[in-house]
Amino acid sequence: MPLEINGLVKRFGSGADAREVVRGIDLKLRPGECFALLGPNGAGKTTTLRCALGLTGASSGSITLCGLPVPEQAREARARVGVVPQLDSLDPDFTCAENLIVFAGYFGIRESEIRPRIPELLAFAGLEGKDKARIQSLSGGMKRRLTLARALVNKPELLILDEPTTGLDPQARHLIWERLRRLTAEGTTILLTTHFMDEAERLANRLAILDAGRILVQGTPREVIAAHIEPQVVEVFGEWDSAGAGAAAWAEAHAATLSKRCEISGETAFCYTDDATALLAHLARQPGLRTLHRPANLEDVFLKLTGRELRD
Amino acid sequence: MTPNHFAPPRLSLRLFAVWRRNFLVWRKLALPSIVGNLADPVIYMLGLGYGLGMLVPEVEGVSYIAFLAGGTLCYSTMNAATFEVLYSGFSRMHVQKTWEAIMNAPIALDDIVAAELVWAASKSCLAGTAILAVIAIFGFTASPLALAAIPVIFLTGLCFAALGLIMTALAPSYDFFMYYFTLFITPMTLMSGVFFPQNQLPDSVRTIADLLPLSHAVSIVRPLLLGQMPQQAGLHLAVLAMVTVLAFWLALALTRRRLLK
Repeated sequence: MPLEINGLVKRFGSGADAREVVRGIDLKLRPGECFALLGPNGAGKTTTLRCALGLTGASSGSITLCGLPVPEQAREARARVGVVPQLDSLDPDFTCAENLIVFAGYFGIRESEIRPRIPELLAFAGLEGKDKARIQSLSGGMKRRLTLARALVNKPELLILDEPTTGLDPQARHLIWERLRRLTAEGTTILLTTHFMDEAERLANRLAILDAGRILVQGTPREVIAAHIEPQVVEVFGEWDSAGAGAAAWAEAHAATLSKRCEISGETAFCYTDDATALLAHLARQPGLRTLHRPANLEDVFLKLTGRELRD
Repeated sequence: MTPNHFAPPRLSLRLFAVWRRNFLVWRKLALPSIVGNLADPVIYMLGLGYGLGMLVPEVEGVSYIAFLAGGTLCYSTMNAATFEVLYSGFSRMHVQKTWEAIMNAPIALDDIVAAELVWAASKSCLAGTAILAVIAIFGFTASPLALAAIPVIFLTGLCFAALGLIMTALAPSYDFFMYYFTLFITPMTLMSGVFFPQNQLPDSVRTIADLLPLSHAVSIVRPLLLGQMPQQAGLHLAVLAMVTVLAFWLALALTRRRLLK
């Protein structure tokens, strides 16, 4: 079992100032799967990962990482895990190859052992021939890919990635996704956190949505969407009448009868329904309003469960 | 289940991988580093030694510059160790997130802090040894006893690295270190007999001065350079070792509180 978390609670501070950041999380990763943790900022994703790695003590609950109890044997367990942290932490004084060699040294891997694997690791990260390149000369995407290669020096059973594609351009994101799929195909288990629903939908075999330190739902992306949201969405925006009323006013008047559920966010109405035929026919007669009809996705579930207010 | 930050360190041999990382970075920048750690104290020693030496014919029975040599060796070792753990250590801990990256490997924070301690002492010992070589080349020491100063300056490096790590653990930014230099390092340098004998100090100040670790380092290193057996060497070494242990223990507890949350 790559990772098993039972009843994890993490409090910061004590007494009246205590904040409970994680409030009873249960997770069980299956070997070879890709599992995504989704949640708004402050949901407890990173804290859960830090507890799992034994970098901070749990207030209560039990954690088993690669079959070893954490924090008691966290050091031994981490020898079998690779981590891509949220913030870049490559050594700016070293070249790409030196970064890999020095990091392998932290696992007790000798230079003579890691050096022959460097071309392969760099190629995996799409950094062929960059072994002598300085870190400052790399783009953000290249740095993240090198961090991924660095996380693989110990051939980990479990790879943990904290927001691996935040801040990357689409090309870099697609390359990382493709590499992560390759890793799971080769048997590596992956646990990742992300804000991007499309990322989770594409990569994850299973996922959990966290908010305020609790898991709200857990399952395969399809199961989660099917269980928690109507299959079709019609987004309505634009001008409703010449007096300047918009989609929100239209929704007040009509959405309740034409859709199962409607959420208004600013001047856009999100109408959720099992069958959009009547709704679309009605909207076709409202020339000022514009519509977008699409299948429901994970983001709709996420917003339904965690709300539309900003989290900072 | 609040973790006890004052628990004794749990160390593994992996700390040498962290030491080696710092050494490899240093090796890339070795020349400016050595010049910086060597040139500044040597210029001060020669400038003050010859300049003031004209006015001060003899101090404690030797030329002023020969008197100054032992003090210079100790205070530049202190400076090298202090700068390493304060500025470079803070960069690795806070700015570059190097420690965070290392903690994802099978290395604990205790190993990292211990590696920083030993690394800073190694670097300062190297700087001190280079200064000692210059002192010998200029003929300010001729005794083979001077070689015995090398392990003492390593211990001096450990002691000030441990003290500096307390500051690093507390620092919100680089600016914070100015307090440490202004309020601790500079007055200590002036009170520890680096530039003039401590018997010039008023009695009340002398009492404080006797407690300062730099005083104890100077009390061993200066006689060694002058070819004399230091008096109460055991006591001085014990003070340096004790300060090292206690300061490291406190620094480790503060660093754990800062990073393991």
